[in-house]
Amino acid sequence: MAKYKNHILVCAGTGCRASESEAIAVNLKRSIDENNLENDVQVVRTGCFGFCEKGPVVKMVPDNTFYVQVTPDDAEDLVLEHLIKGRKVDRLLYVDPETKEQVSDSKHMDFYKKQIRIALRNCGFINPENIDEYIARDGYSALGTILDEMSPESAIKIIKDSGLRGRGGGGFPTGLKWEITRKSESDQKYVVCNADEGDPGAFMDRSILEGDPHSVLEAMAICGYCIGADSGLIYIRAEYPLAIKRLKVAINQAREYGLLGNDIFGSGFCFDVEIRYGAGAFVCGEETALIHSMEGLRGEPTVKPPFPSVSGYKGKPTNVNNVETFANIPAIFLKGADWFRQIGTEKSSGTKVFALAGKVNNVGLIEVPMGTTLREVIFDIGGGIKGGKKFKAVQTGGPSGGCLTEHHLDLPIDYDSLIASGSMMGSGGMIVMDEDDCMVSVAKFYLDFTVEESCGKCTPCRIGNKRLYELLEKITLGKGDEGDLTRLRNLGNVIKDTALCGLGQTSPNPVLSTMDNFPEEYEAHVKESKCPAGQCRALMQYVVSPKLCTGCTLCARVCPVDAISGDKKMPHFINTSICIKCGACMDKCKFGAISIQ
Amino acid sequence: MSKVKNLQDLKKMRDELKGKINLREKSDHPESMVQIKVSMATCGIASGARETMNYMIDELDSQAIDAVVTQTGCMGYCYAEPTIEVTMPGEKPLVFGNVNTKKASEIIEKYIKNGELVDGIIPDSYETIDGK
Repeated sequence: MAKYKNHILVCAGTGCRASESEAIAVNLKRSIDENNLENDVQVVRTGCFGFCEKGPVVKMVPDNTFYVQVTPDDAEDLVLEHLIKGRKVDRLLYVDPETKEQVSDSKHMDFYKKQIRIALRNCGFINPENIDEYIARDGYSALGTILDEMSPESAIKIIKDSGLRGRGGGGFPTGLKWEITRKSESDQKYVVCNADEGDPGAFMDRSILEGDPHSVLEAMAICGYCIGADSGLIYIRAEYPLAIKRLKVAINQAREYGLLGNDIFGSGFCFDVEIRYGAGAFVCGEETALIHSMEGLRGEPTVKPPFPSVSGYKGKPTNVNNVETFANIPAIFLKGADWFRQIGTEKSSGTKVFALAGKVNNVGLIEVPMGTTLREVIFDIGGGIKGGKKFKAVQTGGPSGGCLTEHHLDLPIDYDSLIASGSMMGSGGMIVMDEDDCMVSVAKFYLDFTVEESCGKCTPCRIGNKRLYELLEKITLGKGDEGDLTRLRNLGNVIKDTALCGLGQTSPNPVLSTMDNFPEEYEAHVKESKCPAGQCRALMQYVVSPKLCTGCTLCARVCPVDAISGDKKMPHFINTSICIKCGACMDKCKFGAISIQ
Repeated sequence: MSKVKNLQDLKKMRDELKGKINLREKSDHPESMVQIKVSMATCGIASGARETMNYMIDELDSQAIDAVVTQTGCMGYCYAEPTIEVTMPGEKPLVFGNVNTKKASEIIEKYIKNGELVDGIIPDSYETIDGK
């Protein structure tokens, strides 16, 4: 075995690959070979580092130099300068936006300081397509130890003691779910991994499957042993090709090593995993709909009970857990329930992975202990709001969640505190909005999504959400009246109370929570026909300030519809009946004389 | 590779494979082990810094001493190349000059293993930004 003196870790997650990280790895390898360093330096393609904002990311080991926004052309410099001459390539180092200083070690970056990585422990560390690296990190030893030394009941007790709750959104205690499925008597049971990640902006499950697929396979086998199942199914959307590819590689390697299949660890326990593809429907993240989809039926939910733990896939007891939940399981067995319990809050132990997106400086994937405040996540780790703008709100829980405002910034995030403040954990998407975002439009965006994704089975969701959307559209077009606000609220509450599944029961949340938190914005739309954030086109008016206008005629010349008139060196005027609100004049004006009202 | 037949197989396999990622594990917690920086600028390399570095990596590894050996740029002591900087856990860094493989062996045997000082220490007259 070659003894490498340097490892170069190149992020091969979907985000970094989209910005040519594969070409970086190829060029690095070529340059290493050209300089006869092939026995000294190893190039490793890893999973996501999380710092997607500055991708592609390349990390040098052992000196832990963290290079950001690397291009394929930089590869040669990294080899010649960093490896051969021992000089850091300054232009590729991360620059702290506040101190303007270069930070070479990722441990000193604010983005990583407050993170604790359990579910993401191997992402950005090992090569996901190499089972050996997973085994070297104690992979499959949790499974081995359980099969060797523990009864299913005592293994379930450890999960119960750890306080682990479902990371897919609902927060149902995982140990309890396993226990219920174990107690359901049947000749055949199933373990299902829900990898149908549908929230707009959430990508933690994809990143775990891409960066550490074996941890999910190991956990599924543990679950199988605990509940008494010999079959596992991973339901994943076909639009995750890289995750599917790595899962397939991982399943084959695990079978080859005898870690999946018959008589695992000589214990007599048999377990194998199959992949099932989804077409990317949001409702199929709901467990009953997911099961129907796997059975080849329409992806529609059914009323619970019966719960899948009693009657699920093919009518047999089925335990459904989400990817991130599974990724926590091996770590809990390796380090103990008490260790897990002391991380996080009393009722929500452990960590949670969040996908930070929107108007935040450091877009990316982070994992923090439960109980971390929104302020720490958005300002310390996220690096604050882009372009120095003012924070306005953050949407948690995707289309099922709600928005939280400045007043909630010091709220410690856990399942219960989020629900108490009108939102929810969801799968962990966090979309940050600044002062330029119109909350009515935001609500409309999410409703547009749910209308599109509603399966159409129950009336409240199919028709109710459509009507909600139409009301919002009417308001953003400036045609709403005060009665519409009452209608919005009443209809929203009726849908919540009467819809069949989780999708419909939560779809009005974005509307209701924005109405609660930003009533003045809704009122401005209906009473004054104004959009305070200046986002709703129909309500915008471009105006020229006669005081600032110098009459340079530039705006009149760029206007595509000739809506601007005025004599040279005299203030100009925009004819709002012709104006198409394209904003070209405002962009061109050198004197800041044009504004939106 | 053969199949994993039991837990002992897996443990054995894990211990063998650990070496493959050991470098990465170590680099995550450099403060808990001996850190050695080898000055690898043109003058250092010309004076044999690469041999020194390779020797130290192999020697520390074969003696199973937890250490991170990294290369760095010119430290400025061109008269005393190859130079290395050794930081023992919890102690201040010490710079040694004229470190050929013989000297390197002495540093490992005396300073790193027993904490005895050896000749060739260059008094530090600089601050690094790492310390700030």
